[in-house]
Amino acid sequence: MSTAAPSAQPASSQAASGKGLAAYCRGVTKHYGSGSNQVLALRGIDLEIPAGKLTMLVGPSGCGKTTLISVIAGILDRDAGECSVFGRDFSAMGQRERTRYRGENIGFVFQQFNLLPTLNAAENVAVPLMILGEGRAAAVAKGKEYLAQVGLGDRWKSLPSQLSGGQQQRVAIARALVHSPRLIVCDEPTSALDHETGGRVMALLKDVALKNDRALVIVTHDARIFSYADQIAKMDDGRVDQVITGSGITAEARGH
Amino acid sequence: MIGVAIKMIVGDKLKYFGLIAGIAFASLLVIQQASILVGLTHQTGAFIRDTNQFDLWVMDPQIRFSQDTIPLTDGTLPRVRGIEGVEWAVPMYQGFLRARLPDGTRQTVILVGLDDATLIGGPPEMARGQFESLREDKALIIDEDSRLQKFRFKQAGTGALDVGDTFDINDTEMKVTGTFKSSKSFFWEPTVYTTYSRAIRVAPRERKMMNYVLVKLKPGADRVAVASAIEAATGAKARTSDEFIKITADYILKETGILVNFAMAVGLGFIVGALVSGQMLYNFTVDNLRFYGTLKAMGASNLRLVGMVLTQSLLVGLIGFGIGLGAGTVLGEVVGKAGLAFLMPWWIPAFGGAAILGTCILAGAISLVRVIRLEPAIVFKGA
Ligand SMILES: Nc1ncnc2c1ncn2[C@@H]1O[C@H](COP(=O)(O)OP(=O)(O)OP(=O)(O)O)[C@@H](O)[C@H]1O
Ligand SMILES: [Mg+2]
Repeated sequence: MSTAAPSAQPASSQAASGKGLAAYCRGVTKHYGSGSNQVLALRGIDLEIPAGKLTMLVGPSGCGKTTLISVIAGILDRDAGECSVFGRDFSAMGQRERTRYRGENIGFVFQQFNLLPTLNAAENVAVPLMILGEGRAAAVAKGKEYLAQVGLGDRWKSLPSQLSGGQQQRVAIARALVHSPRLIVCDEPTSALDHETGGRVMALLKDVALKNDRALVIVTHDARIFSYADQIAKMDDGRVDQVITGSGITAEARGH
Repeated sequence: MIGVAIKMIVGDKLKYFGLIAGIAFASLLVIQQASILVGLTHQTGAFIRDTNQFDLWVMDPQIRFSQDTIPLTDGTLPRVRGIEGVEWAVPMYQGFLRARLPDGTRQTVILVGLDDATLIGGPPEMARGQFESLREDKALIIDEDSRLQKFRFKQAGTGALDVGDTFDINDTEMKVTGTFKSSKSFFWEPTVYTTYSRAIRVAPRERKMMNYVLVKLKPGADRVAVASAIEAATGAKARTSDEFIKITADYILKETGILVNFAMAVGLGFIVGALVSGQMLYNFTVDNLRFYGTLKAMGASNLRLVGMVLTQSLLVGLIGFGIGLGAGTVLGEVVGKAGLAFLMPWWIPAFGGAAILGTCILAGAISLVRVIRLEPAIVFKGA
């Protein structure tokens, strides 16, 4: 089976309807530990992540959501199965190439923000550009631009400790976008925030992240943000049970 | 990313200053103790250094250091003079004698008698008066520092012994006709110079009185060959000033335990400093693992992270060592002015710096194992 290019999409509902596929998984498995401590975190994942859309991964704690986006984002090796991001398979790359590919194509938003505490907001946003080799001054200038886009243009000098949780997450979103990655993965981006702030962060993510046909994958427990999704993949015990789209999402959001 | 690495550590004020203080303190200890040891070692050779104009000291083979005062057998001087390659040879007397200042203050002195005709073997520079004044009746020269410190009247007296004053050595009246500039000496007793014949008269009578024969080689003569010829002919030992300085230093350092004590101080300072700073540096990296993981996830290669951690190690190492070196130099300047031993040749900061920076880099390198092994997937784990 070919995994060479986005055009080699398996015929599926989403792919057929949309502009293209950002990533897909076929029969992906992953275990942790060994012997009696072994945990099968992913038991054969089939999932398609369309470009230009917001995909949510939901499911009970321990069902494998974080493990799955780690595999998709190329920061964790799978055991078996197929997985491709924009037609490339992380497992087929060497360590250096994989790191580079990740730096160029993937943006991260974390539950705990993970901003460097001694860098100011603009410098934090500039880090991915500096990793890719851009000069410091140019990177920080671009960092300020992106901060303005998330509504923090006047706070670029602030250290993370001087910002509220919602503001820190906005800085983190600017950081995830600054180098124009094509896939953005977020693990529980709103769970450290109150409901209202979480809603604003989601609106922002959806607004800025989906521009230019980017794909957005968000892991969440938070039913109150389901309504922002274009597709919801419901996971349980290492499998994707159900993919909900369209009017199903409204029902799902209301159901909780 | 080097800029990011520097900001990471500099921005963490508490850890940053803690690290620098630790490294600075360790550097200061190492540099200061080593410099005092070198200074003390240097001071043991003061008497030998304060002589000039000749090439070899001929002495009793049992002599272990420059204040050992074991006399040579009669006939050594003429025998040395008869050896091929010797331009001239002159006698020197050296003895510990009791002096009594005009007010009754007692002071043991090292009386050195110089060859009457040539005055060879005397100190190189006078502070006051003329060196040749030694030829006057009862003449004696004392060193300027001792004059001000050790030759002070203690009993109802006023001030220090001065040029023109007379005092007794072994109940014989001597007159201070000048003062010389001396190197700071490890030995306590002040050295005073007079002529050989006068020294022999002043000193208690013994069968053998000559402690050294000072030898000048003929131009072009082979020093080693002449030295062994002297040794064969006299049974004495012939040493250059450098050799004599070395056996003196070795003997004093070993015999007094100074070497062991200072080596331990340097070693302990280094070990404590290295452990504390190394531990702090290691912890700094480990405390930041979450952020290194984030950088890794965002595409930073291991090589990049190695560069960042080593930059941080070098930065605090260099600044800490710089401060320690600066403080050590200032401290040395102060204690040096107070007359204490302190000598910092280039190799002390060089080796000290290499050791301190090496330790910092080692600590960074050990912590790097954790960074390199780090799974970027930890970034999604809870705080
Ligand atoms: N590093 C690890 N070592 C061992 N087991 C792990 C590790 N990471 C995750 N697991 C296990 O793998 C399973 C899936 O974990 P994962 O973190 O992907 O779940 P999750 O759906 O993200 O859960 P949550 O909603 O609580 O974040 C769990 O049973 C978990 O205990
Ligand atoms: Mg999780």
